[in-house]
Amino acid sequence: MTKRIITVEDSTSLREMISFTLSEAGYEVAQAEDGQDALDKLTEFKADLVITDLNMPKMNGIELTSSLRANQMYRFIPIIFLTTESQLQKKQAAKEAGATGWIVKPFKPDQLLQVVRKVLG
Amino acid sequence: MEDRHVKAFKEESYDILAELESLLLELEENPKDATLIDRVFGAMHTIKGSGAMFGFDAISDFTHEIETVLDMVRDGILPVTSGLVRLTLSARDKILEMLDSGTQSLDKEARAIVAGFRDLIGNDESEIKEESEEPEPVETTLRITYRILFKPNTDIFTTGTNPLLLLSELKAMGECTIVARTNEIPPLAEYNPEACYVSWEIILTTNCDENAIRDVFIFVEDNCELSIEKIFEHDSGAESEDYKRLGEILLDRGAVTPEALNNVLNKHKFLGERLLESKVISREKIDAALKEQEHVRKVLQKDRDMQVSSLRVDAAKLDSLVDLVGELVTVQARLSQKASGDNDPELQLIAESVERLTEELRDNTMSIRMVPIGTLFSRFRRLVHDLAGELGKEVQIVTDGAATELDKTVIDQLNEPLVHIIRNAIDHGIEQPAERSSFGKPVKGTIHLAAEHAGASVVISISDDGAGLAPEILKAKAVEKGLIAADQELSEDECYSLILRPGFTTSTEVTDVSGRGVGMDVVKRSIDSLRGTIGITSSKGIGTTISLRLPLTLAIIDGLLVSVGQDLFVIPLAVIDECVELSKEESIQSRERSMMTFRGQVHPYVSLRHVLGIGGVAPAIEKVVLVNALGKRTGFSVDKVIGQHQTVIKTLSKVLGNVEGISGATILGDGTVALILDVNQLVKAERSDIQYKAQGAMPRRVEMTA
Repeated sequence: MTKRIITVEDSTSLREMISFTLSEAGYEVAQAEDGQDALDKLTEFKADLVITDLNMPKMNGIELTSSLRANQMYRFIPIIFLTTESQLQKKQAAKEAGATGWIVKPFKPDQLLQVVRKVLG
Repeated sequence: MEDRHVKAFKEESYDILAELESLLLELEENPKDATLIDRVFGAMHTIKGSGAMFGFDAISDFTHEIETVLDMVRDGILPVTSGLVRLTLSARDKILEMLDSGTQSLDKEARAIVAGFRDLIGNDESEIKEESEEPEPVETTLRITYRILFKPNTDIFTTGTNPLLLLSELKAMGECTIVARTNEIPPLAEYNPEACYVSWEIILTTNCDENAIRDVFIFVEDNCELSIEKIFEHDSGAESEDYKRLGEILLDRGAVTPEALNNVLNKHKFLGERLLESKVISREKIDAALKEQEHVRKVLQKDRDMQVSSLRVDAAKLDSLVDLVGELVTVQARLSQKASGDNDPELQLIAESVERLTEELRDNTMSIRMVPIGTLFSRFRRLVHDLAGELGKEVQIVTDGAATELDKTVIDQLNEPLVHIIRNAIDHGIEQPAERSSFGKPVKGTIHLAAEHAGASVVISISDDGAGLAPEILKAKAVEKGLIAADQELSEDECYSLILRPGFTTSTEVTDVSGRGVGMDVVKRSIDSLRGTIGITSSKGIGTTISLRLPLTLAIIDGLLVSVGQDLFVIPLAVIDECVELSKEESIQSRERSMMTFRGQVHPYVSLRHVLGIGGVAPAIEKVVLVNALGKRTGFSVDKVIGQHQTVIKTLSKVLGNVEGISGATILGDGTVALILDVNQLVKAERSDIQYKAQGAMPRRVEMTA
């Protein structure tokens, strides 16, 4: 069955690039601009994986993670963070909120797919 | 990278940079506004991250420097000054410029800006920081077995982690045995379905290093207990290593104390059962340790199998393959015969193709049975070393052509003859060190073992640089032993071959090593039975070389097809010297005397018709095949010489296997069976019949009839 992934990222170019890479690899992809947008879309789009940025207007990645972990439907969903080297503390916070893994920006499409496969199987 | 993505990134960056400009100007007015600082930082951060992703590495590097400073501003370490704002503005302009030009390097101006930012934080690092590449997992050539204990925290599922995926990642890294530990699963009443109670023990044999294994667990490091222990290094060179015993593994793991182990060891049962009975350890722990043992042993076995990078095949299967190929060769011969008789070009064409393919198939099949002789050579190093030591001599062994291949059956039967020859060479050939140096020879003697292909045979030569053979001494010895007549003329070569006679020894003393006079004739017999020949060359004071010429294979031989009456026989081509015709007169004379004269020389003569008890009358002109048997030329009379025949040897059944003079049978193209003659046996049988003493001497029977 095709796995479904939602990309949550405020940068349109990055979001599209991730979506493109994932759909090319055979995943079904939805896009969200921020945490709130993601939560809204996730009620319709039953995702198997969330890839989210840390800093976003409205709802950031950590807040999104906390609310997903509190949601019975998404309690165990893998959540991957997009981070940069300078956000080590944020990474820790994300882990505590229930993040599954992370990808350090900048990354190449192959690296993204590698991490996705690691947590999705 | 898709162009449209780069384009999208650029457009987005223009927007961000435009926003950044106004943000910075606003910030100059309100330097304490934290939200503004955050937004400036965020803008730079986005450009940095996206820049690298879309191939704008220079922008990313450049922005990184600015971001570092802005981060400190955000944390309140640095104040917002008009200088900082001005510098950031010029940086913003620079980014815009770099975005348009798509440059991959920082120009002078950009470097100046970076230097300006560095000054602000007092960082005098001269080189711009390079984004460090993610280190590739190191693949070592060494294979290592690790014991990995992975115990995820019970809440691991709430981080979206599936531990089974991690295990399958490990499985992909190499040889893997996974044991699940389930002893912590609570009774159903206390069971939380959202918790993970299972832990795993993984025994992994891999080329990857420990870091690569840690990388698998990178996301769960903080959410689990993980221990990775190197338990075994696989040295590819080692041959007979074995893995630890169960007790050692348990001690190693700290699962049992040495005292408890010793207590239990005094009883006699499998250690695991004894430990269980004594209740010092749980079954689970023993099972895990046993799994480890099994895993490493399995890997070691595989290593051993891999070392020759070959496939083990049951010898019987190979034999039956050779048999089948033999049958095919036979049928093919029949087809060729039929085709050449019929005037059908198409059939001839097919027959030729079948012939070519059959030949290739035959050669391939035979090559499967071929083994490099090096395996045999290497056994003699120890022998030479030990013998030299025993005799107080210094001897080294040098080998050549160890890669030369020979039929496995031949190799197996070569061991004993070679041992004899090497023993003789060291004992009789190579002199004592003192003697050698007095001759100006190197103190250390050399035994040279060499093998090379020569047509359809392999020549193995064993040379020593010892004293050499003295023909006159050999002859005197032979006379003394009654092996030859005192007045018999012998060529040098004939003298040398005297050492192959039964009961011949030149050594005055019998040593432990050789000198019982049984060595060389045994060698001769073994080589004969392999349808090989022995050649000896020697020069006094320089050394002796014994060459063994052996057929490549025992399964198919080249033979000469002959007939006597209605029966067909094959004589191995290797022993045949020539074929001659005898007139009726000559024949009668020869038969009477059991001797024949050929080119002025007298040779023993054997009538196959007589020996094999075939009735009928010999034709007027008899054909004689001169063969080299038991070191002498002997004539075998036959009715007809039909021609050369590639012979697939079929062994005879148990009932017929011991018939003297017949070594096997073969099936001809038309389906007729021909027997393969063992000329050595035939000659021997004849000789014991005639009881002659030496070549050239008149046989007694002839004496009586004369």
